[in-house]
Amino acid sequence: MSSESPSRRALIGWGGAGLALGAAAAGGAVAVARTGDDAAPTTAIPFHGAHQAGIATPVQDRLHFASFDVKTEDRAAFVQMLKDWTAAARRMTTGHPVGEGGFGGLPEAPPDDTGEALGLQPSRLTLTIGFGPSLFEKFGLADARPEALVELPKFAGDNLDKNRSGGDLCIQACADDPQVAVHAIRNLARIGFGKVVIRWSQLGFGKTSSTTPEAQTPRNLMGFKDGTRNIAGTETDRLKKFVWVSEKEGPDWMVSGSYLVARRIRMHIETWDRTSLQEQEDIIGRDKGEGAPVGKAKERDEPFLKAMLPTAHVRLAHPDSNDGATILRRGYSFTDGTDGLGRLDAGLFFLAYQKDVRTGFVPVQRNLATDTLNEYIQHVGSAVYAVPPGVRDKDDWWGRTLFTGEA
Amino acid sequence: MRPVRLSAVAAIAAALTAVTGCTEKGDGGDGVVNVTATDDKCEVSTKEFPAGHVELAIENKGSKVTEVYILFPDDRVVTERENIGPGTKQRVTAEVKAGDYQIACKPGMKGDGIRQNVKATGDGAAAKRDPRLDKAVAAYRQYAQQQADETLPLAETFAKAVKDGDIEAAKKAYAPSRIGWERTEPVAESFGDIDPKVDVREDGLEDGQKWTGWHRLEKSLWQDKKITAEDKTLADQLITDLKDWQNRVGKAEITPTSMANGAKELLDEVATGKVTGEEERYSHTDLVDFKANVEGAEKSYALLKTVAKENDPALTTELDKQFAALDTLLDKYREDTTSYDFTSYDKVGDADRKELSDAVNALAEPLSKLAAAVVVK
Repeated sequence: MSSESPSRRALIGWGGAGLALGAAAAGGAVAVARTGDDAAPTTAIPFHGAHQAGIATPVQDRLHFASFDVKTEDRAAFVQMLKDWTAAARRMTTGHPVGEGGFGGLPEAPPDDTGEALGLQPSRLTLTIGFGPSLFEKFGLADARPEALVELPKFAGDNLDKNRSGGDLCIQACADDPQVAVHAIRNLARIGFGKVVIRWSQLGFGKTSSTTPEAQTPRNLMGFKDGTRNIAGTETDRLKKFVWVSEKEGPDWMVSGSYLVARRIRMHIETWDRTSLQEQEDIIGRDKGEGAPVGKAKERDEPFLKAMLPTAHVRLAHPDSNDGATILRRGYSFTDGTDGLGRLDAGLFFLAYQKDVRTGFVPVQRNLATDTLNEYIQHVGSAVYAVPPGVRDKDDWWGRTLFTGEA
Repeated sequence: MRPVRLSAVAAIAAALTAVTGCTEKGDGGDGVVNVTATDDKCEVSTKEFPAGHVELAIENKGSKVTEVYILFPDDRVVTERENIGPGTKQRVTAEVKAGDYQIACKPGMKGDGIRQNVKATGDGAAAKRDPRLDKAVAAYRQYAQQQADETLPLAETFAKAVKDGDIEAAKKAYAPSRIGWERTEPVAESFGDIDPKVDVREDGLEDGQKWTGWHRLEKSLWQDKKITAEDKTLADQLITDLKDWQNRVGKAEITPTSMANGAKELLDEVATGKVTGEEERYSHTDLVDFKANVEGAEKSYALLKTVAKENDPALTTELDKQFAALDTLLDKYREDTTSYDFTSYDKVGDADRKELSDAVNALAEPLSKLAAAVVVK
């Protein structure tokens, strides 16, 4: 129900813990913050903080991303849903079931929580909300739409499916356990029935970019290391420069927020696999084993772009080829079974965060028009969202700065 | 056929345990209540008797054939004896738990009858009941009975057309003959055995199970485009099975929570069968069933609303809104809001089906919370 409050149990048991988590979030640490009831989860990422978790925080192994359309015209009902979502997210990210839980309530009524995450660790679950351009056509929000939130232009080679594109808002759920991520989206969708409906969603596995350079660089489905020079969660200067919206950039409600570009990129896996190793490495601009740039020995050696073919992916995507344009990536591999032609329906679900889409993703993607990799990939889904600042404390809620106009 | 729900099985089992209606001649057990029926009176020798084995010794001193019932407060039948002729005596026995009951005589075997309040006393007194909810259950039972009663003639029109070999007339009569059934389907399903005979779809059959009922005839009419001798037999069988349903509605286990969850189940029917076009895959009359399911759910809700509103006003506000939204949406698919001529479902595109599905979800989710709002104080 729209009036669903954070459960009594939550209020009694977790008010204090919520504050503790908020404090931990300010430090940016991965906290093991819970004590007390249930089996003590060992892997929780703070939900509260200046920025939303799930952007600069360490990238987890799994993704369930969902884009929603708004169905209600009732602003109060929509705001209440955002509050209900926040309360549910606050509980789920600390390993707790939604509301009164998954069992033990009235036998005649369905439980508040669907139950499949009971007994599982929080698994570093992060839930991140974003607002699409179309949301600002509703609820009288037109004036609040940020200039930086542009609809993406048509890029060369795009073959976008409108049923996998756009949306009024999105939730990015990342966790180390796919069941935890799926549970989170499922329960939020349930709370949202009548107010929002899922427009499209995507499951992802095998992170393809990391925000923790000390960890091994993950590989994408082409077998190449991906995201070697991604922005790390500890690089506060680069995050400030490229990711977080500052007070000067505004609008006020977006300060400490970011902008998300999500692209479903299909890979022509079978033809790629028939491509010679030399050609694969030439196309990417790095070797397949070590991940070293062309002419260099080690993965983290500074690339010498001119040694690469002018059409190499790394060369074209590098900040030096794009007037310094830099984005933070959190992509995941996906496989949605097999298409009707017996080919793996697989690729990369690309997620990029930046402080302005016009100076982030757009110039980089434009520059990739001549990328020889385009022969093996196709962009088939696309969406862009304004990702508001973090939920500060237990009284705060997702989207408050937008809907109340108070930063 | 849908799998028989566990809840339905449990409800039937509970009903059998609680009360075993039987009609053998009484053996002089612990309680005999003399009932004297006339054309305008229904006298009982005692208004209180011990719970357990109870025997009614009935004498009809009137001029009309009568019938006598023991009823639960919500009008469910504990036991009954029909066709008691003028000047005759009958005995009927039942196992009765402690609690309040009514004994009803129905001269002419019509109407609500002449009623007497009685009480079975003893250990294990029945839980305290909200009389408003008893009233709601009684009214819903009456609704379910009325739907069954009104369905029979419509089904007979359909069956007659089939037996006459008149394909066009049968097609025309098909969807209307199902409306009453679809409005109250959870009640019929609670019996377990009627639904698989009258409303099973081809994909619901088990190996060796004979396909009978509406959908078998639907396939003959729309897909095979002919009526066989077998179909004519099936038409008779359908009427027999529907009469069985009509006769058993009064004994269905209905509670406030089963009404609430039954309303949700009707929406589940819509979500899984009608929105996809699976239910009426040959006739494409899915939207008629859809509308009937929603109407049946709305009836349950309307009867429970007073109590639910007291316990959870936000829920009833939301349900009012979502019922109205779904009704408005459905009205887009008929020209005349008093008729059941809906757009053929094969003409409803994917985007419109998604819109219908969204509206069903928007209603069904809060509706799943109605049962809790009825039991919580």
